[in-house]
Amino acid sequence: MRRHLPVLVTTVVFLLGFLFCAIQYPNIASTRVVMNLFTDNAFLGILAVGMTFVIISGGIDLSVGSVIAFTTVFLALAIGNWGLSPGMAFVLVLGITALFGAAMGAIIHHFEVPPFIVTLAGMFLARGVAFLMSTESLPIDAALYQEVASFSIHLPGGGRLRIIGMMMLLVFLLGGIVLHYTRFGTNVFALGGGRTTTALMGVRVGRITVAIYMLSSLLAGLAGIVFSFYTASGYSLTGVGVELDTIAAVVIGGTLLSGGAGTMFGTFIGIMIQGLIQTYITFDGSLSSWWIKIVTGLLLFLFIVLQQLLTHLARRATTGAGEKDTQARP
Amino acid sequence: MTFKKLLLATALFTGVTVPALAADMTVGFSQIGSESGWRAAETSVSKTEAEKRGITLKIADAQQKQENQIKAIRSFIAQGVDAIFLAPVVATGWDAVLGEAKDAEIPVILLDRDIETKDPSLYLTAVTSDSVHEGEVAGKWLVDTVAGKACDVVELQGTVGASVATNRKEGFEKGIAGADNVKIIRSQTGEFTRTKGKEVMESFIKAENGGKGICALYAHNDDMALGAIQAIKEAGLKPGTDILVVSIDSVPDIFKAIAEGEANATVELTPNMAGPAFDALIAYKGGTEPPKWLQTESKLYTKDSNPEAQYEARKSLGY
Repeated sequence: MRRHLPVLVTTVVFLLGFLFCAIQYPNIASTRVVMNLFTDNAFLGILAVGMTFVIISGGIDLSVGSVIAFTTVFLALAIGNWGLSPGMAFVLVLGITALFGAAMGAIIHHFEVPPFIVTLAGMFLARGVAFLMSTESLPIDAALYQEVASFSIHLPGGGRLRIIGMMMLLVFLLGGIVLHYTRFGTNVFALGGGRTTTALMGVRVGRITVAIYMLSSLLAGLAGIVFSFYTASGYSLTGVGVELDTIAAVVIGGTLLSGGAGTMFGTFIGIMIQGLIQTYITFDGSLSSWWIKIVTGLLLFLFIVLQQLLTHLARRATTGAGEKDTQARP
Repeated sequence: MTFKKLLLATALFTGVTVPALAADMTVGFSQIGSESGWRAAETSVSKTEAEKRGITLKIADAQQKQENQIKAIRSFIAQGVDAIFLAPVVATGWDAVLGEAKDAEIPVILLDRDIETKDPSLYLTAVTSDSVHEGEVAGKWLVDTVAGKACDVVELQGTVGASVATNRKEGFEKGIAGADNVKIIRSQTGEFTRTKGKEVMESFIKAENGGKGICALYAHNDDMALGAIQAIKEAGLKPGTDILVVSIDSVPDIFKAIAEGEANATVELTPNMAGPAFDALIAYKGGTEPPKWLQTESKLYTKDSNPEAQYEARKSLGY
């Protein structure tokens, strides 16, 4: 029960928030707005799936926003200037981003550099390369992009489930299965509990670390593809600060920032909460959009305090039990 | 549907006010951000213009991010607003979301900047200024003012590569074309900032025999002109008399300078983009299709146009 308390709190916060918004603006309780939440936060959601793995393993990945920018510019150039087919460009860019992540993971493991530093360097590197390729916003016009943009499943109530929304839901589903039901997922949790103990248990920590950062960058590449669908253009200034929004969503979703605990479902709700705040502020139309940051900040505080409290309680419970044991002995 | 009814019932029961479905119009405005004084003024002017016409204006500040603008437009569509105003942060990538607005039969009006699209039916009209014309107005004023006397002009350009800077340069050259007495002798970038404007002006003065060879200064924006005025004063010359000063934008501070005789003229880049847009919208709802481009007026202000009052009118706009 205690393990699931953070997710439970997040879910309750989301439902209450949704109810509050819907009472003020009945239009919010429509399939249209809910589907918009999926479409508009698709890239953020996909990033957050990768980030959940990283944070549960006790790491952090600051490079994801820049990887999105790199990906969109790369795609715009590959499709527009170099004449590649979109499919080919996707394969190429996913290969590059996966390699990029693997390299960061390898450096983190072999040189024992904190992930913060390595991914910070990665963030500058990816953004720099994006700028080097182009500083302008480049339109992408391939037939595939128009098809993706125009395709949607219409729901009653004006909602439209778009391809990028479906992609996000699928990534969440697969991410959840990998995290909670595979050996790799178990190892990720173990790594977050402690590197040395995990190594002593016979897990190949190096391989897991490389795989985690590779997955995160690969998903960032995928998020970049989704973002390029979203705006049909590539721009080197996209995704500035998105890594922080992602981390916030993961933590609000109940994942322990120090690693070792968290759920994929919680992250999903974390993303939805951020989207909901933004929707509310647009519906209101008179509030400053900086309130999004303020509310997100407050929620973050709340959840970090909650987590600390729970960890503290858990520790007290175990030491308490230990004392009883010693007392029981004569 | 029943869920909605339930919510509505709860809302009524608990006494929470549900915004009434007013008969008058609601317009959603997706603004880029508040990165400059002009942008802040544009936002506050749109609010007052909306109030004047009894229109409810919902503003979403995108903090310079396109994804935030797209989200805001989608939210506006979901709310069922009567029209959407968009000041696009970049030119590309609007087709999908504007297509959604079109499907929902919500007209979109672009403010201040254009977009790149193959389908111009995605927006009703664009209200923008013509920056070439602004430069031209400044150039023509100078030609008229010197009235045939020889005049060597130094030019402070905006940020290199910015389309506004290129256009304002081109426009000024167009404005002085044909007047052989007026010519640009030096031209350099002051990057649209006050400090850089001052710095570059100092070097111009040094290079031109202590400023004696300079008859007039043309700055691509008021901020650079204000910096340059400082430099002219420090060189022991009188700005506005020894060296004529003309610039573009019409920020409040330049009117102070004009009132004190230190600057001579400014061409306005009006922050009132929303006013013409509202008028076009109202006309459109009445059945009149507006032209695809509404050019805002590039008005010239000098010491004859009551600079004190202009300053007072602008100082609270958020510049």
